[in-house]
Amino acid sequence: MTHTSKFTIAALLASTMLAGPVFADGHVPAGVTLAADQTFTYRVLDEHSSVDPQVVEDVTGSEIVRDLFEGLMNQDADGNLVPGVATGFEVNDDNTVYTFTLRDNAKWSNGEPVTAGDFVFAWQRAADPALSSPYQWFIELMSIANAADIIAGDKPTADLGVRAIDDLTFEVTLSAPLPYFPQMTTHATTFPAPRAVIEEFGADWTKPENIVSNGAYILTEHLPMERSVRERNPMYWDNDNTIIEKVVALVINDENVALTRFQAGELDRTEVPAGQFPRLSVEYPGVAISFPRLCNYYYTFNLSDSGPEAFKDVRVRQALALAVDRKIITENVLAGGQPEAYTFTPAAVAGFTPPATDMEGMTQEERNAKAVELMAEAGYGPDNPLTFDMIYNTSEAHNKIAVAMSQMWKQTLGVEATLANLEWKVFLETRGNQDFELARGAWCGDYNEASTFLDLLDSSSGYNDGKYNNAALDGLLADAKMSTDASDLYTQVEGIIAEEMPVIPIYHYAGVYMMDSDVGNWPVGNVEQNWYSKNLYKIAE
Amino acid sequence: MLNFTIRRLFVAIPTIFFLVIACFFLMHLAPGGPFTSERPLPPAVLANIEARYGLDQPLWKQLWDYLTNIVLHFDFGPSFVFKDRDVNDIIAQGFPISLTYGSLSFLAASIVGISLGIAAAIRHNTWIDYFAVSLGILAQALPNFIMGPILILTFTLWLGWLPGGGWYGGQWQYLIMPVIALSTSFMGSIARITRSSMLEVMNANFIRTARAKGLPERTVIWRHAMKPTLLPVISYLGPVFVYVLTGSVFVDLYFSTGGLGQSFVNSALSRDYAVLLGVTILYGSLTVAVNLLTDLSYAWFDPKIRY
Repeated sequence: MTHTSKFTIAALLASTMLAGPVFADGHVPAGVTLAADQTFTYRVLDEHSSVDPQVVEDVTGSEIVRDLFEGLMNQDADGNLVPGVATGFEVNDDNTVYTFTLRDNAKWSNGEPVTAGDFVFAWQRAADPALSSPYQWFIELMSIANAADIIAGDKPTADLGVRAIDDLTFEVTLSAPLPYFPQMTTHATTFPAPRAVIEEFGADWTKPENIVSNGAYILTEHLPMERSVRERNPMYWDNDNTIIEKVVALVINDENVALTRFQAGELDRTEVPAGQFPRLSVEYPGVAISFPRLCNYYYTFNLSDSGPEAFKDVRVRQALALAVDRKIITENVLAGGQPEAYTFTPAAVAGFTPPATDMEGMTQEERNAKAVELMAEAGYGPDNPLTFDMIYNTSEAHNKIAVAMSQMWKQTLGVEATLANLEWKVFLETRGNQDFELARGAWCGDYNEASTFLDLLDSSSGYNDGKYNNAALDGLLADAKMSTDASDLYTQVEGIIAEEMPVIPIYHYAGVYMMDSDVGNWPVGNVEQNWYSKNLYKIAE
Repeated sequence: MLNFTIRRLFVAIPTIFFLVIACFFLMHLAPGGPFTSERPLPPAVLANIEARYGLDQPLWKQLWDYLTNIVLHFDFGPSFVFKDRDVNDIIAQGFPISLTYGSLSFLAASIVGISLGIAAAIRHNTWIDYFAVSLGILAQALPNFIMGPILILTFTLWLGWLPGGGWYGGQWQYLIMPVIALSTSFMGSIARITRSSMLEVMNANFIRTARAKGLPERTVIWRHAMKPTLLPVISYLGPVFVYVLTGSVFVDLYFSTGGLGQSFVNSALSRDYAVLLGVTILYGSLTVAVNLLTDLSYAWFDPKIRY
C-alpha cells in the first residue's frame, strides 16, 4: 500500500485559491498598500560561483538559482515543505521509492512544458563525472540508487535511480531509506535543467542572453563582480501571485560600505557588521533584526595520534570547555543576538530537542570552579601549566574570539594558549591534515535536520578533522538514518558529546540583517534562510 | 633607438616567460588547492574535478598544456571558482574597467600634481608654496583604502550626491569617487617630486645663463626648466601607471566597480590558478611595456640620453 502525502492536499487547497484576484493569495496581509516600484535590492558579499543549478556551490549563487529555477518542492516561510513543480509525492512502504507528481502547467521561460524528463536529465547531469560538479556528493548524500558507482565512473549515468514514468510522473529509487529525503529536493542541485538549451550553448547556457529557466524569475543582466538582475518570468505557472518585479543583487565586498549604502537608501537588505547590532537596533528599531540560523561555531580538539596527550584526557577537555564564558563572547564580542552554545547542534534545528547539559545549568562561577577542579585532577596547575597552540583562519571576528578565550583560560586555569591565524586555504589544509592542537570550526546545515551537524563527529566522516572516534555515537547515528523519528537518538548523541567534549561549542549563528521596513514577508522563521523573492513584496511608504 | 626598442622587446619575452614559470610553481607551492574547502570533497568527486581540469597531471605537463593553449589558441584556461566564465571572459570584462578609471586617475594625479609642484617651486617660500606643500603632504597620507570610506561617507551618506558604488558602464557619477580615491596619494607624491626637482633645476647654471641672456621668466621656465624638471617625475610616473591598474584592488572592493584588481588578490586567495596566471601575465606585460615607454621618453626629455 502506498500513502498519499499531505502535500497533495496542501496543493489542492493552494490551487483553489489561485482563482482569487492578484495579490490576494494570502502572502500580503489585508490593509497593506503595495509600493509602486516592486524592486528588491540586496547586498551580496561575493560574486556568485555559477547560476547553473547542478554546478552552483555557494550561498549567494543558490539564492539566485532558487529564484531562477524551481525544484520539486519549495519551503515556506517557516521552512516547511510546500509544493514546487511537484504537486505532491507518494512513497512506498520501506521508504525507498518516491514518486512525484508534477503539475501540468509548469513551463520553462521559453514556453516549453517542464517534464519529468527534465528532472531525470538534471539529476543524471549532477552525478555525471564529465560535468564534475562539486555537488556530486549531494546526489550521493541523497542515497539515490547507483549514485556512488556513477560518480566513481563504474556505471553510466543512465543507471542512476531516477525515471520518468510519463511526462508528469518522476520516480526516485533510493539505495537506503532516508527520512529527510523530501527536504533535500529543495536544494539547488536537484532543480531541473533545460536539456536543449544546454546542448545548444554548452557552458555559455547560463549567460543572460541564452539562459532558459523555470522559476519565478529570469536572469536579465549579469555584470560580474558588480551586480546581477533577475526579472519576473511571465511563463512561471504561479506568475499571477508574484509581486516583486525585479531583484537586484549588488556585489559589495566590504560590509561597512554596504551598511553605508543601506543607510543612503541604495539597498533593501544588508548584513550588520560584527559588534554594531546594539547601536543599530537603537538607531533603527525594527530594521536591524536578528534571528537564529542553522550554523554553529566551535573549537575542535585534535584527538588523533598527532594531537597533544593532554587533550586525550576528558577532564582537560571538560575544563577548557567550562572555562569559556560564552556570554561575554555573544554579548560583548559579537553582540548580534547569537545564542550561546552548549550543544553542537543548534536548538533551532527542526525535530531536535537539546539535552539539558550540566554545563548549561551552571553559573559561570560554578563552571570556573569545576574547571579548576578538573584541571587539578588531571595534574595541571601553577607548577605545571597546560600549554597548547590554537589556530583559526584570518578574520577580525575570529581573532577577537580567540583572544577572549585564551584570556579566560589564562585567568581561570593558568593555561597558556598560543594563538595563530592562518590564511583560509592554509588553515583548511592544516586542520584537514591533523597538523594542529586546537582549531576553529564552523558548520552550516545542508538541510534542516540534526544529522547534518552530528555526522561531523562520526568517526568515518571526512569532515571529522579532530578524528573523534566513539563507537556508541557512530551506532546511534547509524540507527538514526533508519529511523522515522530520530529526535530521541540525536538528543542521546548530544549527551555523549556533552560528556566527552570532543569539541567546544561556542555559539550558534544568528542572521543579523538591516532589513528595510518596506520589505514584506521576509522569512525570518526559515532557519536555513531559503528565501524566495516571489514570496516577498514591497510596502508603500 | 629602433635597435634599442627591438633589443628590449627581445628581452621582454623571456622576462614574462620566467615570470609565468615562477608564478606557476609558487602558486602550486602554496598549501591547499582550488578545491580545498570547509567541506572536503569525497575522493571520487575530487578525482573527477581534477581530471576535468587536468590537475591530476604532473606539474610540468600542466605548465606545458597551459603555455601551448595560450600560444596556439590564445586560451588562458578556465576559472575554478567562477564556473560560468573562463579567464579570457574575466579579463575582457574587468580590464577595460580598470583601464578606464586607472587612466583617468593617472591623468588627474599627473596634471594636478605637476601643476601644484610647479606652482610651489616658482613661488618658492610664499603662501602658494606652503599651501601646495601642505596639500601634497595631506594627499600623500591618504591612500585609496582611507579615501574610499571617507568619500563614501561624505558624498553618499551625508551629502547624498553620488551613488555609493557600482559601474553602470562607466557613467560619470560612478567614476568620480574611484578616480579621486585612487589618484589622491599619487597626486601628493607627484607634487612633491615636481617641486623639489624644479627647485633644483632653477638653481642650475643653464637657468642662470638663460636669465642672464635676458629671457623672460616665462620662457625660462617653459622652454628651459620644464624638460629637466620632468625627468625624475617621468621615472616615478611609469610605475605609478602600472600601479593604478594593478593596485586598484581596494577601489574594486570599496566601489564594486567590477575591475580586475580584485581578481588579482581573490584568485591568489582562492587558488584560482588560471585566473591568477592570466592576470599576472597581463600585468607583467603591461609593466614591461610601460618601462620601455618610460625609457624611450627619457631620450625626448633629456638630449644627453641616447640609445
